[in-house]
Amino acid sequence: MMAVPLTTVLVLAIDTATPAVTAGVVQLDPDSAPVTLAQRVTVDAKAHGELLIPHVLACLAEIGRELSAVDAIVCGSGPGPFTGLRVGMVTAGALGQALDRPVYPVPTPDALAIDANTGHGLLVATDARRREVYWAAYDAAGRRSNGPHVERPAELAEKLPTLGVAAAAGEGAELYAEVLGLPLVPVKYPSPAGLVAAAAVELLASARPGPLTPLYLRRPDAIEPVGRKRVTRP
Amino acid sequence: MSRERIVLGIESSCDETGVGIVRIRHDGTLELLADEVASSVEEHARFGGVVPEVASRAHLEAMLPTMHRALGAAGVALKDVHSIAVTAGPGLAGALLVGVSAAKAYAAALGKPLYGVNHLAGHVAADTLEHGPLPSPCLALLVSGGHSSLLLVEDLAGKITEIGATVDDAAGEAYDKVARVLDLPYPGGPPIDKLAKQGNGCAIAFPRGLTGSRDAKYDFSFSGLKTAVARWVERCERSGEQVPVADVAASFQEAVADVLTAKAVRAAKDLGVDTLVISGGVAANSRLSALAAQRCEAAGIHLRVPRPRLCTDNGAMIAAVGAHLVAAGAEPSGLELATDPGLPVSTVQIV
Repeated sequence: MMAVPLTTVLVLAIDTATPAVTAGVVQLDPDSAPVTLAQRVTVDAKAHGELLIPHVLACLAEIGRELSAVDAIVCGSGPGPFTGLRVGMVTAGALGQALDRPVYPVPTPDALAIDANTGHGLLVATDARRREVYWAAYDAAGRRSNGPHVERPAELAEKLPTLGVAAAAGEGAELYAEVLGLPLVPVKYPSPAGLVAAAAVELLASARPGPLTPLYLRRPDAIEPVGRKRVTRP
Repeated sequence: MSRERIVLGIESSCDETGVGIVRIRHDGTLELLADEVASSVEEHARFGGVVPEVASRAHLEAMLPTMHRALGAAGVALKDVHSIAVTAGPGLAGALLVGVSAAKAYAAALGKPLYGVNHLAGHVAADTLEHGPLPSPCLALLVSGGHSSLLLVEDLAGKITEIGATVDDAAGEAYDKVARVLDLPYPGGPPIDKLAKQGNGCAIAFPRGLTGSRDAKYDFSFSGLKTAVARWVERCERSGEQVPVADVAASFQEAVADVLTAKAVRAAKDLGVDTLVISGGVAANSRLSALAAQRCEAAGIHLRVPRPRLCTDNGAMIAAVGAHLVAAGAEPSGLELATDPGLPVSTVQIV
């Protein structure tokens, strides 16, 4: 692990918390915004497992570098549909383990908020399926002020007056635009640069990464059996 | 003679996260270097069966630590690995995806070939880690919570043919369901086996599924047996009699072991095969192995059963399939590898 902060950090960013299979290589300097050197994004909710590593390798091939040139890894930690989310988390973790590089998890809506960059209060809502959204609220300075949570859009709409948000970003915001009644910022999926920006402070400080734990927000669907099923009438 | 190669195996098809490490020696034989397993079975117990989402979450938590432990146990570094094998199917979709995604990341980071392999081939290959190379052809009886099948194995790296399988419940599934009827804990295999030792296996004549003269010779059915046990117990309870649980357990176990071994021995005789391998979680059952030993000896069939640790799901058996593919010069699977929850056993490797 890096002990001394580097001046320039080459970061691999991945996210699989939305239908987008996202990978990118981003250069991070202390004095400027992150620069995307290469990115591959495919919107296909069923292809995370197949496409993520090929996307990572395509990004590196494009800039003529090897995976070993990467200084750190940033991974969106959700919330998002579980199966896809786990692909990104385990991929990032295994890459970090094999390359001996730190892996920084960042909440996916934090990256979307940075991408949206409105300068006002913002709601980020992604699709949680089952007619619910994952959401988080951000203040004018871009700091997360609430969330992430999972909720029905109508219930979220009732809370909006208390959240101080002027616009909304994310696929969930788009899907339930009528219910939420907020102007839309055209940012649906997190970008590699947004993911890296969300972890910039830790990356530049070579901070010790937090645990690589996904934000599930829901318990597994499972019901404990009550008594045994009879096959004959009592 | 060729150089020694180290093959890593990753398994995550059900509720065990396994990482195994196998060395292909100069003479081509396999040496087991590490076999680390993290099981989520206790988290499923209160649900009476494997909950896929619970299993998938456990795989994600266990994957890196299990890899770390396996490398430590084998005394090898990831850079020493020649190739990586991973279970690509059959199994639970979300669970498989964790292992395959991890395996791809390891392969990409190390620049090593990746082999997406069949879980069932792994159960057969497990025996080569204990008893050496398998003769060709041989017959394999795979019995676990998810599978019950008879396989003709001509080449572990390529030719496995299913000649029979369960048409409904797997044998292990029947154990779990009967355990629930008898108020025994999940998984049902060990407690039924233990209780059966105090009972009489001939006490109750439970039905032997698919053993009629017109039934499929090598297929199994355990659903009717499970229902017959439940009916028998319920009739007992209704008439106010005390359920003779040890006799029920022993008689149920006798019916399962009888059908499995009778069909396996018959298949071996019909096909002129002289070696039978029994593997999978149910292979650890004491009555199944005792009856198989007795019937195989009578029929002149050489019986091979790996130790219980290798019979249940693990990464070493996947490394063993990988080692057979590497030794046979198979092409790697490529990093676009997709999982296949319904992968047929005839596909040993997804190319």
